[in-house]
Amino acid sequence: MQKHIISTLVANRPGVLARVAGLFSARGFNIDSLAVGETEQPDLSRMTIVVAGDESILEQVRKQLQKLVDVVKIQDFSNVRHVERDLVMIRVQTPPGRRSEVIELVDIFRAKVVDVGRNELIVELAGAEEKIEAFVDVVGPYGIQEMVRTGRIALARAKAEL
Amino acid sequence: MAKNGADILIDALLAEGVEYVFGLPGGSVIALYDALYDVPLKTILARHEQGAGHMADGYARATGKVGVCLATSGPGATNLVTAIATAYMDSAPIVAITGQVKTNLIGNDAFQEADITGITRPVTKHNYLVKDVRDLGRVVREAFHIARTGRPGPVLIDLPADVTAAALEGDVNTKLDLPGYKTFGGKGHIGQVKKMARAINAAERPVLYVGGGVIISKASEKIRELAAKANIPVTTTLMGLGVFPETQDLSLGMLGMHGTVYANYAVTNSDLLIAIGARFDDRITGRIDGFAPEAKIIHVDIDPTSIGKNVAVDVPVVGDAGMVLEQLIPLVEAKEHSEWLERVAEWKSQYPLSYQSDGDLVKPQAVVEKIDELTGGRAIIVTDVGQCQMWAAQYYRYNEPRTFLSSGGLGTMGFGLPAAIGAQFGRPDRDVFVVAGDGSLQMNIQELSTAVVNHLPVKIALLNNGYLGMVRQWQEMFYERRYSHTYLADGNPDFVKVAEAYGARGILVEKNDQVENAIKEAMKVNDGPVLIDFRTAAEENVFPMVPVGQAIDRMISGMA
Ligand SMILES: Cc1cc2nc3c(=O)[nH]c(=O)nc-3n(C[C@H](O)[C@H](O)[C@H](O)COP(=O)(O)OP(=O)(O)OC[C@H]3O[C@@H](n4cnc5c(N)ncnc54)[C@H](O)[C@@H]3O)c2cc1C
Ligand SMILES: Cc1ncc(C[n+]2csc(CCOP(=O)(O)OP(=O)(O)O)c2C)c(N)n1
Ligand SMILES: [Mg+2]
Repeated sequence: MQKHIISTLVANRPGVLARVAGLFSARGFNIDSLAVGETEQPDLSRMTIVVAGDESILEQVRKQLQKLVDVVKIQDFSNVRHVERDLVMIRVQTPPGRRSEVIELVDIFRAKVVDVGRNELIVELAGAEEKIEAFVDVVGPYGIQEMVRTGRIALARAKAEL
Repeated sequence: MAKNGADILIDALLAEGVEYVFGLPGGSVIALYDALYDVPLKTILARHEQGAGHMADGYARATGKVGVCLATSGPGATNLVTAIATAYMDSAPIVAITGQVKTNLIGNDAFQEADITGITRPVTKHNYLVKDVRDLGRVVREAFHIARTGRPGPVLIDLPADVTAAALEGDVNTKLDLPGYKTFGGKGHIGQVKKMARAINAAERPVLYVGGGVIISKASEKIRELAAKANIPVTTTLMGLGVFPETQDLSLGMLGMHGTVYANYAVTNSDLLIAIGARFDDRITGRIDGFAPEAKIIHVDIDPTSIGKNVAVDVPVVGDAGMVLEQLIPLVEAKEHSEWLERVAEWKSQYPLSYQSDGDLVKPQAVVEKIDELTGGRAIIVTDVGQCQMWAAQYYRYNEPRTFLSSGGLGTMGFGLPAAIGAQFGRPDRDVFVVAGDGSLQMNIQELSTAVVNHLPVKIALLNNGYLGMVRQWQEMFYERRYSHTYLADGNPDFVKVAEAYGARGILVEKNDQVENAIKEAMKVNDGPVLIDFRTAAEENVFPMVPVGQAIDRMISGMA
């Protein structure tokens, strides 16, 4: 089953998230990730939804989304050139004497240390999913105390000039 | 003088041309009802909010206008839910207004609080919780606009009591603000329409399969024109009854589970199926791979989600049925299709709809046929759900749109009487008959009061078989006649006495030869409702029937 990134421009009003989420849940879809935020137009928000599912059912969901009164525009990025990013923050343990090892990994991945404690660091990393997973893999052995990820966000690339 | 929320609402309803508001008061709408006390809107008191909802729905279906219902918060609002869902499934335009607890109490489990916008989200086209009186004028206008345009449907407005009471300084804003709303209600893509015309011109065995969308689009005349021009036989769905006159040779009647044998044969043998304003419901397709297996499929629908949902479509056309037909008809060549029409005629004469008379027994089919005869096919028939509904569909020959009103999609028992009341308000010029079941009628029988008080001459033809008949039929056919909890006769009231107790007329019919006189007598009454209790053959079945999961040409005829 293919993963789809569906980008939805919606009116910035109460209840919109419930309407959108309801369309997926009513059909037994699990939303893998969901990111919501304001856009360049303050009365519109963008919801970026990642789901995996049977193409014909997704087709139905896309049409249903389009039909919602509060949904202005939707785009499925499956066949569209786009850039996608996740943001993760990890509070990783830094046992005495091993902090520099972790910082070295942070540098290799071009991540950023955003908070320093006596025995832990908070590291922030933005990137495509594989990169984030690779990073989680390598810092895992030091001990991850807590981790939080935004949902995926994505934007279509500029159209290539002919 | 500053207007308050109630004034703004009433002004907005009047501006929308609303004639009737069907409802029942309570705490959170008492101020609103007070404001309604002396305005020119006719407020009709239903005896149950579900009844009020179906009245608004019946009014809408009979007239094509938006029906309005009103209920208080909490239980009043939840009582509306079945009616709203019924309207939603059949694309009927209603605006439901519910009271809500004061804004500062929302979410507190306040007295009579229910999250009605949450509850109705999946069964409304859209809904609103109005938290600021400044939004109210706009919201009411948007609600009517959304309910009636595109694919119509119910819209709910939840109105907290403090918003109703709040005074608005300054002008009422009624400007629509719907950046995301699309109706898809225009013409079809011209390339698709041309493809459609080519397919029709090339077809040898075409069938028109038309549904409720044609009625909504007011496109029945154009369907008749297309059928006549290219000699294409026409079958309608339950919701499409009336689009095409069933007295014409090209009419195949209804298709599907309880459709005619000839409609289902024609669809199965067609090489082109032209679906217009119909949604390939599973009651119609039966087993999908046996549905029109040789046919190319064209589908015209205003709602892109209807297209390709159940059946793969060769030529999809998104647009308004009437507008697409207008584009299409000039491109269609006149055709005879004589060979195909001969085959169709043969099926029609070989497998007509039929039932057996049986001595004195009152056959439900005969009752419906008699109503057809005595009303000249010009009555508005409103049905309950079950066998009664199917017989009403099969044995009355519909000629005009909006004359057959039935809960098709949700199949809501208890729809008939209140919907007929709404229809009679909307169409005082027509005879309105309810074809009722003894089970269904008892689900909203309290609305007899509403009919009596308003002197509505609604005629209730109760097909009283003493059973939850449709379920009993399935038990007979598929569960070895184990009639588990479908027998009603031992608990049924004397319906004539019930009618009389409400102040209505009641007539008992126990024999076949009393049917005609009873209907004639009922038709003479024009100042109030009449209930005719037809004691019909208890174990009569609806045929033909396609068993669930079978291809639609595998029909059980029951006559063998
Ligand atoms: C006991 C029982 C038995 C039943 N048996 C049968 C049966 O044997 N046969 C049968 O036909 N039904 C039967 N039904 C009814 C069935 O369940 C469906 O309600 C019905 O078939 C749907 O009809 P429809 O396809 O016309 O769609 P509707 O529900 O009327 O939908 C209308 C369609 O038209 C579209 N539309 C709306 N406006 C426009 C416009 N302006 N232009 C173009 N398109 C538009 C809508 O988007 C929608 O797709 C039965 C129901 C019950 C309760
Ligand atoms: C509210 C509701 N409950 C249950 C059903 C399931 N159901 C469908 S038809 C039917 C029997 C209806 O009985 P009656 O109104 O007497 O009509 P008949 O079939 O006997 O003509 C039932 C129970 C339904 N459609 N609606
Ligand atoms: Mg019955």
